[in-house]
Amino acid sequence: MPRGPRRHVLPGFGLSLGFTISYLCLLVLIPLSGVVLRASSITWAGFLASVTSARALAAFELSLGAAGVAAIVNAVFGLLVAWVLVRYRFPGRGLIDACVDLPFALPTSVAGIALTAVYSPAGWLGRQLAPLGIQVAFTRLGVVVALTFIGLPFVVRAVQPVLEDLDAEVEDAAASLGANRWQTFRRVLLPSIAPALLTGFTLAFARALGEYGSVVFISGNLPFRTEVITLLIVARLEQFDYVGATAVASMMLGASFLVLLTINLLQAWSRRRGALA
Amino acid sequence: MTAVTDRRTEPPIVRWALTAVALGFLVCFLFVPLAAVFVQAFAEGVRNYWLALVEPTALAALRLTAAAALVAVPLNTLFGLAAAWALARFEFPGRGLLITLIDLPFAISPVVSGLVFVLMFGAQGLLGPWLTAHGIRIVFAVPGILLATMFVTVPFVARELIPVMQEQGSEEEQAALALGASGWQMFRRVTLPNIRWALLYGVVLLNARAIGEFGAVSIVSGHIRGQTNTAPLHVEILYNEYNFAAAFAVASVLALAALATLAAKTIVGRRITQ
Repeated sequence: MPRGPRRHVLPGFGLSLGFTISYLCLLVLIPLSGVVLRASSITWAGFLASVTSARALAAFELSLGAAGVAAIVNAVFGLLVAWVLVRYRFPGRGLIDACVDLPFALPTSVAGIALTAVYSPAGWLGRQLAPLGIQVAFTRLGVVVALTFIGLPFVVRAVQPVLEDLDAEVEDAAASLGANRWQTFRRVLLPSIAPALLTGFTLAFARALGEYGSVVFISGNLPFRTEVITLLIVARLEQFDYVGATAVASMMLGASFLVLLTINLLQAWSRRRGALA
Repeated sequence: MTAVTDRRTEPPIVRWALTAVALGFLVCFLFVPLAAVFVQAFAEGVRNYWLALVEPTALAALRLTAAAALVAVPLNTLFGLAAAWALARFEFPGRGLLITLIDLPFAISPVVSGLVFVLMFGAQGLLGPWLTAHGIRIVFAVPGILLATMFVTVPFVARELIPVMQEQGSEEEQAALALGASGWQMFRRVTLPNIRWALLYGVVLLNARAIGEFGAVSIVSGHIRGQTNTAPLHVEILYNEYNFAAAFAVASVLALAALATLAAKTIVGRRITQ
């Protein structure tokens, strides 16, 4: 009995597991099953009409596209920020490192009005972009900006610990074998950080797909143009179109489960990478 | 040897350029918007800033936000402790699935999280007719706001504690039991001191999200001023009324809370790694 003693010595298993499961059922699982139950009572034709209406398709397209672009921007710049924070020393580094988590700590409505103020045509940054013919606020670009803000910490925080733990010897070996810096980065470093980078990308994408608060102010909420999928759910609820809202929400719920599955697979992959290294 | 060390880091010009681009990105997306909150808050003077904060509906919104945090933080901390004890100390079938389920609220859009409670307790919801018949209001009332806040903050403490407790192992706890400590004594004298920084870290994050949740709370609130308006929702209402200075004044209080969270998180995070 290898695990036997440990299992019986420690007390409180029944109490803690019982409490955990009851709490989770009452607060999360039973309410969630309500959505599934509600969605399954919609006829197939009604469901299809709700999620494939021209307005819904436009919203899906914008949400997927803007979340994708924002996640790519975050993958590139997040990797760069993580690299600079881990590898270089400069004044204020600790403070900047701490501020990377600001999008997690700041209420999304505050982020939303701040980004709108900064990127509107009269705002501090919007004013600089206007002469170049770039309008950010109340356009699709504004949606991308808000979603980039909200996903910023994910890639940095996923990649940072992996960069810190990288074995300097591997880089030494590559260098002494004659690789230049870029070759070392591409052939040696990038493969080791790939799982973390992909995990960060997926988390940023998922967060952006479901984001509401920071987008609602900067997007202008024009149906067919700048209305994201979460705004469509809210718009349908405000019109008491519960069927339409539930149909779209159940598709988003499916996407959430897909994301959880992807993250679990990515983490298993990075554990294998870690075990091999 | 020098050739090899040269090839191990980038030339100064590249290092400088990469740092500049990274900082430029953070300035445009983080620091300028953060500064804008405080500058806009004082755009109409210190007096109007103060008036926007002490205005009765603003105070009611801040009180409701504090109340939501006061309910969600202790309950989800208790849940996190129980879940971490069960999941980090025992092996049982379905353990992996349970860990995934705890993380579920993080993967769900705030809008869907709010909708969940509307479909359950709303007038059109599954329990709607029964609740109406008994005169109980959950959605578009304070209970709905508390439920939505609790829902979105379920995972915070558990996900900080589980990896820490797994790494620590249970030798010290078993030793305490072998020396005759009761289960409760072992938890108070051994487990709790060992996990205190990770616990605090989780509580700090949980508290920040409970204060700042917007999407889920917005769906269940009904936006009744002075009654079901939390501080993040009050910011939205003021902004939509073109009362920008007041919106940013309330926003600045929330931004200060966010900055305090980042400071606490950094300090506590250092204690964990020590």
